[in-house]
Amino acid sequence: MDGIFLQQLINGLTLGSVYGLIAIGYTMVYGIIGMINFAHGEVYMISAYLAAISLALLAYFGIESFPLLILGTLVFTVVVTGIYGWVIERVAYKPLRNSTRLAPLISAIGISLILQNYAQISQGAKQQGVPTLLAGALKVDIGTGFVQLTYTKIFILIAAFAGMAVLTYIIKYTKLGRMCRATQQDRKMASILGINTDRVISYVFIIGAAMAALAGVLITMNYGTFDFYAGFVIGIKAFTAAVLGGIGSLPGAMLGGIILGISESLFSGLINSDYKDVFSFSLLVLILIFRPQGLLGRPLVAKV
Amino acid sequence: MSQTFYKKGFLALAVSAALGVSAFAQADIKFGVAGPMTGANASFGEQYMRGAQAAADEINAKGGVNGEKIVLVKGDDACEPKQAVAVANRMVDQDKVAGVVGHFCSSSTIPASEVYSDAGVIAITPGSTNPAVTERGLSAMFRMCGRDDQQGIVAGDYIVDVLKGKKVAVLHDKDTYGQGLADATKAQLTKRGVTPVLYEGLTRGEKDFSAVVTKIRAAGADIVYFGGLHPEAGPLVRQLREQGLKDVKFMSDDGIVTDELVTTAGGPQYVDGVYMTFGADPRMLPESKAVVEQFRKSGYEPEGYTLYAYASVQTLAAGFTGAKSTKGEDAAKWLKANAVKTVMGEKTWDAKGDLKVSDYVVYQWDKDGKYHQLEKQK
Repeated sequence: MDGIFLQQLINGLTLGSVYGLIAIGYTMVYGIIGMINFAHGEVYMISAYLAAISLALLAYFGIESFPLLILGTLVFTVVVTGIYGWVIERVAYKPLRNSTRLAPLISAIGISLILQNYAQISQGAKQQGVPTLLAGALKVDIGTGFVQLTYTKIFILIAAFAGMAVLTYIIKYTKLGRMCRATQQDRKMASILGINTDRVISYVFIIGAAMAALAGVLITMNYGTFDFYAGFVIGIKAFTAAVLGGIGSLPGAMLGGIILGISESLFSGLINSDYKDVFSFSLLVLILIFRPQGLLGRPLVAKV
Repeated sequence: MSQTFYKKGFLALAVSAALGVSAFAQADIKFGVAGPMTGANASFGEQYMRGAQAAADEINAKGGVNGEKIVLVKGDDACEPKQAVAVANRMVDQDKVAGVVGHFCSSSTIPASEVYSDAGVIAITPGSTNPAVTERGLSAMFRMCGRDDQQGIVAGDYIVDVLKGKKVAVLHDKDTYGQGLADATKAQLTKRGVTPVLYEGLTRGEKDFSAVVTKIRAAGADIVYFGGLHPEAGPLVRQLREQGLKDVKFMSDDGIVTDELVTTAGGPQYVDGVYMTFGADPRMLPESKAVVEQFRKSGYEPEGYTLYAYASVQTLAAGFTGAKSTKGEDAAKWLKANAVKTVMGEKTWDAKGDLKVSDYVVYQWDKDGKYHQLEKQK
């Protein structure tokens, strides 16, 4: 039974770290311009297609070793998805910077529909798949049971936390990070002090998309299958994770993702999988009642 | 006086012209083909379209229905009940179809069939197996396939008699079709003295079922039965194998009858050994030989529901021809009284619109990612 419980924890942790990676995109965009990027789930979906395309391309050129394959795929997917993120900002957000707050929300939903249909028309409505890259698993005996940890899952955990660490470093210690934080605190003041805030906003969209791309590659590796509609469910979950952890907070997104993943996993493991979403959303409601700003979010202070 | 005469004459002319136009337009008879043309289950929609188009072409080449050519109207419900109703309304109001081949997901067929029934349009579904499809007293709703209360019995018996399952985990996708079928199988298992050790629902559209898989492991199940469709069945069976449950048998239903199961599972090594229930393979029948060859010549393998859709168009055509009418009611009445020679053999329907004989058998997937019918048991 111990083995089973631990297994459920690991299941939840892997799922949650992926939610967290996507949640970063929501939380960063919200932090900097105070708006929800509803096209973010679709950015993840696009990255899954890009990962599959890049794997096919690399295989075509005869590259078969796993490190090279995954490195090539990651670089290609992150770069191209980053471009998508930049274009989305240019098309759906920048022209509407000074209009009502609701306008970019609608244009983001429009972008999300465009991306879905674009993937459907250009890649077909079928289910897509990639072959298993990293087969095999680690089996650890624990007491009466055992824990089975596929190499893919280990890789996901490492890659997700490495991605988080790199991002935290960028935001905390680099010039780009300082610019981001300054823009987040007060956009007008930042621009008076000589920060090109438009460019910073573009960077934020690119970073968010890049994190979604990392998640896209990892999920594609793990489950091996996706379709043009794949961004919807996971987008909603990641958004929930971002709100749970405190929207606008970077560590909050990751924490929210992991809490969501583990609570889903434990609830379906210990009680019933039919109602796991009911449970996670009740949890969200409860947390928001007692901490409206989310777990790690800063309470909203009215600016004078 | 003469002026009113002219007016009347003009009116008569206009009326006759309008009649003439509508009579001319009626040289075509429209059949709707509705199913998931896009979305996760789009491969079934493609099977529908391929089969229906081939049947329409063949019937048109032989003179059509009562001298009218069949024109197919495509309707995409994406297996979404709401969209299915919108499609049904469009087909009835705008396209003015005479009959409908569709839908696929039972949760779409059931609400859509209410629309068809109100409009007096006959509908025949090649693939919706939920009992409620024909259990609501609709006079012109037919099926080309069996029912889940029949399919569940076949699956349950097979698990008990052949697979000798002792600890069975029954899963479903919380949809009308998947859960209905899982319930039917569960009922049959219980009746045969095997109480499932686990009964749970998954969420359609999700890919991570590892928590449920761990639960299956904890329950010590030796057989997993899944009522649902391939976008969920594929990842489920893969994650079973990845968590080390190599010897647990996996059985599913007629919702995974497509090559895409291999894609969603991540390779043929994962679907190897998977069991499923489906109607006896119509490709093996002598009646379908010529049609199957024609499909293969065009580079398309008529798998899954392709021939079911073909036979559905044939049935609608036979109904209208037999009744010498374009009214759905007349065609329905005729079909319930007469047998139809289809590409799947001769078929007859009962008063509800169900096939009088259903022929569920068990198939198994092999290591090359193909499925084949197992020898008839007993």
